Amino acid sequence: MNMQSKWTQIAILVALIVILPVFFPSGYYYRVGALIFVNALSVVGLVILIGFAGQISLGHAGFAGIGAFSCALLPVHFGLHPAIAVLVGALLSALIAGMIGRPILRLQGYYLAVATLGFGVLMSMVLTNERELTGGPDGMRVADLGLREVLRDMGLKLSGGEFWYAMCGLVLVIGVWVALNLYNSPTGRAMRALHGSEVAARTVGIDVASKKLQAFVISAIYASVAGSLLALQNGFITPDVAGFMHSIEMVTMTVLGGVGSILGAILGAAILTLLPQVLTVFAEYEQLVLGAVMILVMIFLPRGLLPSIAAKLRGRGE
Amino acid sequence: MSLLQVQGLGISFGGIRAVHDVSFNVKAGEIVSVIGPNGAGKTTLFNMISSIYRPDSGTVHLEGKDITATEPHRLARLGMSRTFQNLQIFQEMTVLENAIAGYHMQESGPLWQDLFALPGSRRRAAKAREGAYELLARVGLKNAAEQEAGNLSYGALKRLEIARALATEPKVLLLDEPAAGCNAVETEEIDELIAETAKTGIAILLVEHDMKMVMRISNHIVVLDHGEKIAEGDPATVSQNPDVIAAYLGTGEEEASHADG
Ligand SMILES: Nc1ncnc2c1ncn2[C@@H]1O[C@H](COP(=O)(O)OP(=O)(O)OP(=O)(O)O)[C@@H](O)[C@H]1O
Ligand SMILES: [Mg+2]
Repeated sequence: MNMQSKWTQIAILVALIVILPVFFPSGYYYRVGALIFVNALSVVGLVILIGFAGQISLGHAGFAGIGAFSCALLPVHFGLHPAIAVLVGALLSALIAGMIGRPILRLQGYYLAVATLGFGVLMSMVLTNERELTGGPDGMRVADLGLREVLRDMGLKLSGGEFWYAMCGLVLVIGVWVALNLYNSPTGRAMRALHGSEVAARTVGIDVASKKLQAFVISAIYASVAGSLLALQNGFITPDVAGFMHSIEMVTMTVLGGVGSILGAILGAAILTLLPQVLTVFAEYEQLVLGAVMILVMIFLPRGLLPSIAAKLRGRGE
Repeated sequence: MSLLQVQGLGISFGGIRAVHDVSFNVKAGEIVSVIGPNGAGKTTLFNMISSIYRPDSGTVHLEGKDITATEPHRLARLGMSRTFQNLQIFQEMTVLENAIAGYHMQESGPLWQDLFALPGSRRRAAKAREGAYELLARVGLKNAAEQEAGNLSYGALKRLEIARALATEPKVLLLDEPAAGCNAVETEEIDELIAETAKTGIAILLVEHDMKMVMRISNHIVVLDHGEKIAEGDPATVSQNPDVIAAYLGTGEEEASHADG
């Protein structure tokens, strides 16, 4: 992938974000769009972990939980501005990822899956059980970001939906830009190299453990910021954000779109976010659909939706 | 003084001695070949020298410094690189990217520069890219630069591995059967490449089944059989050593399988 394709991908994404609202039947769809962008953001982080570095995590919702509850708790208890809380949450996630990542990433394959799963379950339990602090399963209110009011005073009137659509879209574009930078950089190359062959990566001087850790920490930051944005736009958050189902949802979106393709991963996030919104019957069977999607993709499109389609178009087949 | 000193290396797997008490030296610019029948322990010896296995006994010194069981990525920094008998290619990366990965130590820098594509990061990457192109030209793969590495032929991948190893600018280079699976022309090219590389002062440790090639380019040969060193010396001496002849003739079946592979 060259520089050209980096800017092409960003241009496609920006164009979609700007043009799509034209087709929105109602203001409600700004909300759906913002939700897609938030999910896409965590998925882009997982592309770095899974697609670049070849490591798996079944507990990334734990970091979304840290991001979300940082936004909920820090303004209340420490008087921090919500925007600062997003940053503190990201920093906290990075620190925790750095601490648990070091021992966890020594594990391979399903051991790694189980260890990350354990972390996710732990986070979700802490958030659920600390009722006094987090409100337990009932959740808690999240303070307003306040930026919309600032914009209004400057003469830019946006509905809540419009504002969060623009805000999350902007953050997603930045996230994609960073991920594409990384892909083509020395660090990204080292991550992809160790994905291909750890022994060979070592013989060219790549510190495999440290590159895996970097991928883990970076992806944790993506999940954390996504969690923060989710909390802020809903004005309310429950520990479900850190739950096992959310982790699985993230990985399914990533795999559906194609772990090696950033735009593909965004497509995966869009499809799986839209499905329960558009076909309300799916809402009840969401877990069933996730499972089915996962199995079908693995069998028929092992490289994911977008890369497989691209390969078919190029006439190379699967 | 020898650049690489291997002293009494040994390792067992589940009670079976795969390599036992092997010692030899390699000087700068010298080509030392390790030969022996299949299963003699050549690859295992390489794996110990390059720290993929931790030896049960013995030491490895590089430039007089004890490097036994030093983490492989640190070994690369100290000047040792290698290729693999069973290819270890970054399959989903392009040929060029594989070669650039060889420049990892030179091109890596602060992570934040990489995340934001700052000029420092781009400068490092561009420099590595240039070097990689030159190396690909040297091993005859320049035209394949943009292809996905997984699509290349076996012989081409062998050369790509050599290019990647050379990119680390090693002082000692370990080549495990670089000409295996290559046709006569490719073998000759690899032959030349190895000789040229040695001329630049790099010490080369070579495992190769192609005896003609070994006899032609080696300064020194170490013969392994059943994990033990049974002979060593210059090509003429070794080829007339009765133990060596016995080891090869006595393992007719293994010889036959060489011919197949
Ligand atoms: N990780 C391991 N676990 C168990 N046994 C091993 C291991 N690595 C090597 N061996 C054994 O050590 C012996 C030497 O194997 P090695 O691969 O070093 O031989 P070789 O000389 O490289 O042979 P070839 O010419 O076929 O490449 C063999 O009997 C092999 O089965
Ligand atoms: Mg071998």
